[in-house]
Amino acid sequence: MKFGVVVFPGSNCDFDTFHALKDVLKQPTAFLWHKNHDLQGVDCVVLPGGFSYGDYLRSGAIARFSPLMQEVGEFAEKGGLVLGICNGFQVLLELGLLPGAMLRNKNLKFLCEFVTLRLENKKTRFTHKGIKGQVLRIPIAHFDGNYYAPPETLKEIEENGQVVFRYADANGRLTEDSNVNGSLRSIAGLMNRRGNVMGMMPHPERASERLLGSEDGRLIFESIISRL
Amino acid sequence: MKVRILVSFKDSVLDPQGQTVKNALHTLGYGSIRDVRQGKVFEIDLAGVAKADAEKIIPEISDKVLANPIIEKFTWQIIEE
Repeated sequence: MKFGVVVFPGSNCDFDTFHALKDVLKQPTAFLWHKNHDLQGVDCVVLPGGFSYGDYLRSGAIARFSPLMQEVGEFAEKGGLVLGICNGFQVLLELGLLPGAMLRNKNLKFLCEFVTLRLENKKTRFTHKGIKGQVLRIPIAHFDGNYYAPPETLKEIEENGQVVFRYADANGRLTEDSNVNGSLRSIAGLMNRRGNVMGMMPHPERASERLLGSEDGRLIFESIISRL
Repeated sequence: MKVRILVSFKDSVLDPQGQTVKNALHTLGYGSIRDVRQGKVFEIDLAGVAKADAEKIIPEISDKVLANPIIEKFTWQIIEE
C-alpha cells in the first residue's frame, strides 16, 4: 500500500505522519507537494495536521484551493482512500468531501492532550481491525475541533453509520467532560457515505509507537494497509 | 468601488467567542448587554466594476470563500462608489 502525505505551507505533522507510515509501518510513502498536480500513483492520500496557510480565514479554508486538491478530489471521486488528520480533517470539510464544519473549541482553549475515543463503526476501510466499542487512547492538538453540522445532516450521518469515533471516557461512556471540545454528538471522526474518505481530529501518527505513550493509532493505519 | 462584507455566525450556531466577550463586558458592569456576536469584516476594492457586476461578484465570493455557508452568513454594502 503506497501512501502519499500532502504538504501544504504550514503543515507540521507531515514528517510525523511520514515517519509513522514509512519507518514504523514499513510502507512505501511519498510526500506530495501541494503545488503539484501529481499523486505519484499512491493508494491512499493522507492530509496531515498542522496550520495550512496559517489557518487564515478559517482552518483549512485556503488549503482547499491548492492545485493538488483538485487531484485529491478526483481521486476520492474514483473511490481512492483519503485520510484527513486534524487540519487535514478541516480541509476535507472545507472541500465538501465530508459534511459539516468546525467551530472553536467550547472552552476557547487550544487542546493538546491524550483523549480516549470510542470506536463506533468497525465496518470501515479505516477501522476494520478494531472491535466496535473499543476505546483508543490517541492525542489531540487543535483549536477548532468543535464539530458542527445542521440537524438534518447530523441525522443523515448518524443513520448512515458515518460516525467512526466519538470522544468518550476511559470506559467508553459519552460524558460532557469527555467531549473535550464540545463537538455535536461527541463526534471525533467521520467518513463519507461511500466510506473511502475519513477525517479525524485525534492524531494516530502520534500514537503509533510505544515510545510515544500509545500504539492505538496503528489500528487505523493497519486497517488501511490490510484492506478489507 | 469599495465594498465592506460582514461575515458572522448564523443565529443557530453557538458563538463561544462572542459569549466570552459578553461575559467580560458583564464583569465590567455593562449588565445591559444582552448578547454579543463576533464576526469578520472584509474591505474589498474592486477595479473597473459597475454596481451590477459587484452585486453578482460579492455574494459569489462570500458564499464560495469568505464565509462557510454551513455555519456563517454574510451581509455587504458599498462604502465608496
